[in-house]
Amino acid sequence: MNDHLLSVILFTPLAGLLVLMFIPGRQKTLVRLWANISAAAGLLVSIPMIVQFNRNAEGYQFMERVDWIPSLGVQYLVGVDGISVLMVMLTTIMGFLAIFSSWDSVKEREKEYYAMFLLQQTGMIGVFISLDFLLFYIFWEMVLVPMYFIIGVWGGPRKLYAAIKFFLYTLAGGVLMLLGILALYFQHNAQFGRYTFEIAELMKLNLPLGLQQWVFWSFFLGFAIKVPMFPFHTWLPDAHTEAPTAGSVILAAVLLKMGTYGFIRFSLPLLPGASADRTIVTVLAVLSIIGILYGALVSLMQQDWKKLVAYSSVSHLGFCTLGIFALNQAGITGSVIQQINHGISTGMLFLVVGVIYERRHTREIKEYGGLAHVMPNYAIVFAIAMLSSAGLPLLNGFVGEFTILQGAFDANKTWAAFAVLGVIFGAAYLLWLYQRTMLGEVTNEKNKGLPDLNWREWAVFVPLILWAVSIGVYPKPYFDILEKPVAQIVRRVHQTPSAVAAVPVKAEAVTR
Amino acid sequence: MLTLVLANNYALLFVGWEGVGLCSYLLIGFYFQKKSAGDAGKKAFIVNRIGDAGFILGMFFLFQVTGSLRFTEVNEALRSARFAPEAGVFGILSLTALLLFIGATGKSAQIPLHVWLPDAMEGPTPVSALIHAATMVTAGVYMCARSNALFALTPETSHIVAAVGAATAIFAASIGLVQNDIKRVLAYSTVSQLGYMFLAVGVGAYWVGVFHLYTHAFFKALLFLGAGSVIHAMSGEQDMRRMGGLKDKIPITFATMFIASLAIAGIPGLAGFFSKDEILWQSWSSPLGGKLLWAVGFCTAAMTAFYMWRLMFMTFYGEGRMDEHTRHHVHESPKSMTVPLMVLAAGSVCAGWIGMPKVFGENGFMQALEHWLAPVFETGKEAAHAAAGHGAAQHDTTMEWVLMGVSVGAALAGIFLARHIYLRMKESERPTGGAMHPVLYNKWYVDELYDFLFVNGFSLGGGTLMARFDQKVVDGGVNGTAWLTRLVSSISIWYDTWIVDGLVNLTAFSVRALSYPVRFLQTGFIQSYALVFLAGVFAIFGYYWWVR
Repeated sequence: MNDHLLSVILFTPLAGLLVLMFIPGRQKTLVRLWANISAAAGLLVSIPMIVQFNRNAEGYQFMERVDWIPSLGVQYLVGVDGISVLMVMLTTIMGFLAIFSSWDSVKEREKEYYAMFLLQQTGMIGVFISLDFLLFYIFWEMVLVPMYFIIGVWGGPRKLYAAIKFFLYTLAGGVLMLLGILALYFQHNAQFGRYTFEIAELMKLNLPLGLQQWVFWSFFLGFAIKVPMFPFHTWLPDAHTEAPTAGSVILAAVLLKMGTYGFIRFSLPLLPGASADRTIVTVLAVLSIIGILYGALVSLMQQDWKKLVAYSSVSHLGFCTLGIFALNQAGITGSVIQQINHGISTGMLFLVVGVIYERRHTREIKEYGGLAHVMPNYAIVFAIAMLSSAGLPLLNGFVGEFTILQGAFDANKTWAAFAVLGVIFGAAYLLWLYQRTMLGEVTNEKNKGLPDLNWREWAVFVPLILWAVSIGVYPKPYFDILEKPVAQIVRRVHQTPSAVAAVPVKAEAVTR
Repeated sequence: MLTLVLANNYALLFVGWEGVGLCSYLLIGFYFQKKSAGDAGKKAFIVNRIGDAGFILGMFFLFQVTGSLRFTEVNEALRSARFAPEAGVFGILSLTALLLFIGATGKSAQIPLHVWLPDAMEGPTPVSALIHAATMVTAGVYMCARSNALFALTPETSHIVAAVGAATAIFAASIGLVQNDIKRVLAYSTVSQLGYMFLAVGVGAYWVGVFHLYTHAFFKALLFLGAGSVIHAMSGEQDMRRMGGLKDKIPITFATMFIASLAIAGIPGLAGFFSKDEILWQSWSSPLGGKLLWAVGFCTAAMTAFYMWRLMFMTFYGEGRMDEHTRHHVHESPKSMTVPLMVLAAGSVCAGWIGMPKVFGENGFMQALEHWLAPVFETGKEAAHAAAGHGAAQHDTTMEWVLMGVSVGAALAGIFLARHIYLRMKESERPTGGAMHPVLYNKWYVDELYDFLFVNGFSLGGGTLMARFDQKVVDGGVNGTAWLTRLVSSISIWYDTWIVDGLVNLTAFSVRALSYPVRFLQTGFIQSYALVFLAGVFAIFGYYWWVR
């Protein structure tokens, strides 16, 4: 199994999906049970990966290589480094919890619902382990389809609008990214006489800065829409708000990370010249900072609980991209850790909304107040989720934010000064939300008899809380596992003023 | 709290710092069914967060400058020759010190971040006594004293610290003069006393700042717990205008609070006297101090005596102004509440004895605290003197005696003035303070100003604006693109239907039109075909028959 560990991880959800298809849709319990078993299996098979992963080795591990479409130079090529290991774990854990949390909340078309989730699991894992650019692209687009249906079928009142917006917006970005991929593909043929999509091969290219910049912007559109960075973020609040709870959780926890992961895995190492370009770095950092402050201020004013959390994502992801474009060890490490953290804490916040939505079927903040009296356990869980999201020390959010700020400070002090303001606003909108929903007297009669968390809800929250605390108290394993891969990227980005110097020679090769 | 004080580096200190901030938030919001409690907790947390933002940046700068966050290594680095005192230049060290100080102003409720502490009185009284008087709020003073090497190297920042401290001291004391809620008086008193501590730190008398922190903890905790006992006796009433004459009914509370009030007013022999007097003397004599700072401190001392004894007289002396029902219920608190009061009262008396002025004689015991703390503040002391450009300050004994006498006189004057107004005068005869009264009573309208500028203006207003911007412009752009796409596609549909497909249909139509006559031949009736066939046969035969 060890030779094909990644394939096993990748295809376990898909295998579960195949079996699920043969279970009659009427057998609702069986469908649920099987979906949960498949997701749990998906989580279990990913554990050997993190156990056996050697964090002291450079480069990719558990590599698998099969020629897929040899005439086009497309391979089935997968492998993981420290960054992708964490992302895969995030996917399998959050995927399982999301599926588990749907047990009671989804009451129609269960079979199709779970099928979509399992398909999505495979797609997301594929994104994080692909080392062939076309394979990556296929998984990237594959993820769109299940999420489109999850929002469009099981979503809220404006689900169709949200689903179509989500699909078209991200598809547009993806297609533009494909142009960039193809540009590299043809360049490789021009320079080395061979067509390939393999990342390691494409990294050997000597690209003139001008071309790098073009390709960078095409990648940027693909990734920035996915992240989403300001001003490409408006699909997010709609999609998040209309999606069913588990959909929002996966969307926030994993799907958005595909964009930041793309920046780290592809933009930076493949286009080091452009990534270190002053203008580009400044534009991206400024967009990130706008995202941080803007997202926070906008969420301050939301009347819709879920939309507030959605906009807080914009703010948090702004931290992640700021960390990436600090282009130093601390910044990128912090960014990856913050991506995990955002998955945990925003995932929890969406689950928190889901719990109350299931009981009251409204997301209006006005409808609530004083819930701490009726649902004390729920209030505690919400408080922990909120504090973890606000970045309180000894909880996960602090580690990421602090490291990112440190990186940003090293890169440019002004950035850090503005980003720190985001920390203040982060506390403001979350505390205000908490006060309006949890504290005070119970003002709405309908909230009087609400039941507190049941065991299934506890079972979802407890692992997340433990995870949040563990990162907050002892983040060292995460820093360790990220040290080598991040150092490699940082080295590559800072090594390459020479790429520009080498241009004249290679320019001939291009024209030839 | 222990993490905070036991940490050997700034990062860990920050963890404790945030931890106590969280506890403060949760404890202020303990009675969370009250909206005001929730508001107060949120306010405390967010205002602290603003300070924390400064603290974080300060830490980054410090790390950049010294390469470490450990206290010992930072001090070592600062002591090394690389850093000369930044006299007259506002350089990177000053910025670092200032950012750390912003952190301290948040935690220790100094201007401009003082607004949260009075509201924090929504919490249970023991909470106020512990974290909002004795321990947590003094963390800022502790941190600044810890960073003494840094502050000493940057005289301008020290001046700022001293100025902010002095301003806060007198500002908060002025508000304390007119408050009617017993806990609010104490809250403003705390803010004011914290200002004293920063004044001491700012003039380079770090050990005195810590000394006042230490004595203040005893008498202020006592005052808060005493106030709690009074409120308990009064069945939850906190307004001093409805109290009075409690002296004989709750004698233990009265006696202990009496001691604490003397201590805070600065009556010789009690704890507050030694530390406060030392602060005043240092702000007069220190190379970083000045006459103006002393004068502000001096006025504050008089005001402190006045508002504290106003509290005492309104609460314990004169006629009882409570309603009948409450009057019956007035009772001394149980042992669990009075014993802590007595312990703290002993502390309020004795705590100051380890830091007596040098004019009282010098020996190991009488200046125990100064000697004890000396190694910690060594770096700061050296640097401060280097910055001031001359050696150890001249110890002007006569002057010290004079100043001591003057401040004791001011304290007594404050007490007697309070006695005169609140005990001798009838309610109608009391001076109202004229136009200043509403200003002071409403805390100089700082809350209103902040609400207007930052809460409603910047955050909510900006948030609303941005939310609208997001909806209309950014999302408008997206929806506009969709609309444009739909427009283009409907034009395309029109074009497709009428032009492209029109051509196809035109072709079909013309074929159909042209073929129209021919259709009559293709009727599909076999009889017709047979008829035409027959006609043709006749025609051909006829042709051959007749024409040939």
